Amino acid sequence: MSDTTQEKLQLGILSKDVIKHIDHWCTKFPEEKKQSAIIPALRYAQDAAGGWLSEDLIKAVADYLDVPHIKAFEVATFYSMFDLEPVGKYKIAVCDNISCKLNGADKIVDHIKRRLGVNCGETTEDGRYILRTCECMAACTNAPMMQINDREYHENLTLEKVDEILDDIDKQEDGK
Amino acid sequence: MIEFEIDGVKVKAEPGETIIQAADRAGVYIPRFCYHKKLSIAANCRMCLVEIEKAPKPTPACAFPASQDMKVFTRSPVALKAQRAVMEFLLINHPLDCPVCDQGGECELQDLSMGYGEGVSQYTERKKCVDDEDIGPLISTYMTRCIKCTRCVRFGDEIAGMPEIGAVNRGEDTEISTYVGKSVKSEVSGNIIDICPVGALTSKPYKFTARAWELKQHASIAPHDCLGSNIYIHTASNQYQKGREVKRVVPLDNEKINETWLSDRDRFSYEGLNSENRVTRPMIKQGGKWIETDWQSAMDMAYQGFAKIVEMKNPDAIGGLISPSATTEEHYLFQQLLRAIGTNNIDHRIRQIDFSDSMDSPTFPGLSINIEELEKQDTIVLIGSNIRHEQPLAGVRVRKAWKNGGKVLAINPVKRNYNFDTAKEMTVGISNMVPFLSEVVKALADKYKNKRFIEWLKDIKPSQDAIDFAEEIDKGVETAILLGADSLSHPQAGAIKSLVIAILAILQKGNYGELTTGANSAGAWLAGAVPHRLPTGENDSAGLNAQQMFSQPLDGYLLHGVEPEFDVANPQQALTALRYAPHVVVLSPFVSETMKDYANVILPIGAFSEISGSYVNVEGTTQRFRSANAPMGEARPGWKVLRVMGNFFEFEGFDYKDLEEVQMSFKEESDDDRKFERPMLYMKQDFVAHKPKGLIRIVDWPMYRVDATTRYAKSLQKTISDEERSARIHSKTVKQLKLNIPSGHMVEVIQNDESIQVKLVIDDNVPEKHVYLPAGLEETAGFGEVAGIVEVKIP
Repeated sequence: MSDTTQEKLQLGILSKDVIKHIDHWCTKFPEEKKQSAIIPALRYAQDAAGGWLSEDLIKAVADYLDVPHIKAFEVATFYSMFDLEPVGKYKIAVCDNISCKLNGADKIVDHIKRRLGVNCGETTEDGRYILRTCECMAACTNAPMMQINDREYHENLTLEKVDEILDDIDKQEDGK
Repeated sequence: MIEFEIDGVKVKAEPGETIIQAADRAGVYIPRFCYHKKLSIAANCRMCLVEIEKAPKPTPACAFPASQDMKVFTRSPVALKAQRAVMEFLLINHPLDCPVCDQGGECELQDLSMGYGEGVSQYTERKKCVDDEDIGPLISTYMTRCIKCTRCVRFGDEIAGMPEIGAVNRGEDTEISTYVGKSVKSEVSGNIIDICPVGALTSKPYKFTARAWELKQHASIAPHDCLGSNIYIHTASNQYQKGREVKRVVPLDNEKINETWLSDRDRFSYEGLNSENRVTRPMIKQGGKWIETDWQSAMDMAYQGFAKIVEMKNPDAIGGLISPSATTEEHYLFQQLLRAIGTNNIDHRIRQIDFSDSMDSPTFPGLSINIEELEKQDTIVLIGSNIRHEQPLAGVRVRKAWKNGGKVLAINPVKRNYNFDTAKEMTVGISNMVPFLSEVVKALADKYKNKRFIEWLKDIKPSQDAIDFAEEIDKGVETAILLGADSLSHPQAGAIKSLVIAILAILQKGNYGELTTGANSAGAWLAGAVPHRLPTGENDSAGLNAQQMFSQPLDGYLLHGVEPEFDVANPQQALTALRYAPHVVVLSPFVSETMKDYANVILPIGAFSEISGSYVNVEGTTQRFRSANAPMGEARPGWKVLRVMGNFFEFEGFDYKDLEEVQMSFKEESDDDRKFERPMLYMKQDFVAHKPKGLIRIVDWPMYRVDATTRYAKSLQKTISDEERSARIHSKTVKQLKLNIPSGHMVEVIQNDESIQVKLVIDDNVPEKHVYLPAGLEETAGFGEVAGIVEVKIP
């Protein structure tokens, strides 16, 4: 309806596994409201594609859900959990809102900056980490906090605890 | 009805109506940017904040429903403070470039900042800039000016069905964008220029050519489709030449026809008016050479040629073709002139090839309901109609009907790209249109045990598809069956019409509509610009119709606003006949090399903005309009040329002093108020299937190639895609033809011993054994005919 067939991209870009997840999410919404599944669909697509969404991938998701491309672009550009260019494998997000800031978020950020040798918003040279600050994640009672890969919360942070977490990841990655 | 107060004035509102709607009706102005009466409510600009008694905070009037005894203040200190604050926010990132902005002088932001803003801003930080995007040849973007009202986004989603623009990113970084730099492709895209309250989206062709305050506004009627959209023509005087020049065309609100919208064709076709192909002085061919001359000698030569044919042979060796987009007055004088000469060879149906039902046809082909009622239909059946391209704003109505829960059914020779879903869509090719429709009629006749129709179609066995289709039509309560251009220029158009009438006759309900080509087909019929019918409505002995005039070549031709190589159904035959004819007189605003080849006399006439007259639209409404500027150079309005031509012949009844007298005379002769009648049930058709052997060519006229003015409009031409200029063939047929080449390569198309080379596009929307190759293109100028047999091979 929206585009000529030629403009439609090959769906081959989405893996079977991702399509399985998208199909599952589609069952949660009425048939004609597939647009609602854009967020979970993009999320699975992003995870499967090494943590970021290419233009083609977003289009493929839109085509699969049969929504106009721009609808998926709107969502993908709106939420900070979607990355539109290649980023580090581990996304470190340190909250710097009021509670965390009062409890030393700045020191945590400075420490990670020095340890990884990057500024906020940058990916380490080996492509392992990207450091960011983020807005409040509703964990003020245990401030300061950070989140890794949009999923794991780490609370009551100290410099030592941060090192421990990052050492664990390094160990895991180096061991591979 | 509820009653409440705005600024102390009692106002009435329907339950559920918002404050701004009630205020607009009561004439109280509340400032707004994002609110638009035809779009959904976004409430994101916050400009319409008003104070409501007992409400803790200012409230957006566009989103808040009015309630009984509510007290609203639009100019109280609270409201004013809120409006000023919002204005200040809106201007934070807005550049101060009004002097170089095309919107300057007609900008809602400029106006409201004068009326509701502060003179000074407290903002001293850096302003944000946004990259511009190229969204095509019609719309120019300057996105830094955007205030994110999202009117254009909502228009795309809701009205045009072109969800190509959206709001990307977040917060301060929000941008209106297509994100990937696509062009915006819609037949009504130009409307986002009008609804944009700032200078972010402006007209590309009009860009930097005039200022709003230099323009003069003239109400007129759009000349390209049978709806007769109401327009304003804006003209400016030109310091280097005499007279006024048309600078742009914008819509004039008319709820009954075009609402507040305008199709791109009607909006941008004015560019053709200033084309270098305009002919500004009468021209005659002498000894094979063209010379410009004065009106007297050109008219004399035109007259002498015809007089000689009448004297040597007989008047029936003369024929006249007039554009269906000429005014009613021109049609009337055109037929008056030719009938006075003594011939009935008069026609405006240049794209019709089947005339079998002419004698029985109603007063004029049209729509049995009003245009605005289209959106209230619960079932719309499109038969051979690419409505989005043919009558874009009727397409908008059909889309509205569909959005309101209506159902659209379609039978087409080739699959059309609609912006609404179809409940059932049949793509049947040229030859199966009539068989399929007769199956539908039979299925309905069987269902209702209607003996008359069962007998009429006794040899026909309905397929399951036809039974399902008939069932869907029958379910409708308010049904409209609309015939489009593919039906009207179909080789069995008469049969298609009678079958549609049969459907309505069996169901005893439903509305009928022929969406005719050109702006004034109805007017042409009423004025008698057909070979078999006089302006009085009586049938006369039929002269030659548009087809016959070329298949049985004549000696003299009078053409009015027609470019046969592009416009007629059989351009190849037409050019041959014209080239052999000893005397061809052309009345046209434009001149082309082809025209110079076949014509003997070219008389320049005024194009659409330059003439006064009237159009009768598809629902039978007569709309009069006055010229906006004088005809270019020495060109004259068409009716004057025809009138003077009558004087050369010394005919009686050609001494009209002005257009009003022509209108009076037409009114006296024809009952101008004749209303549309639905065609009579007409069962004489025999349904010999149209089964030519070989590949059949499906022909239509691309949206921006329908008439000369449009064809000379440069920006519109740039929007025609390569695909539209190609021969489109189904992948299976490509295999059968052993064309082992991919899309994009050249193929040779042969029709009637003539061949052209065009690009091949493999397209499964085209039925098998057909080649979809439009007419009216440069590539297909003077080539072949509608629905003929073609060969395709690798050159």
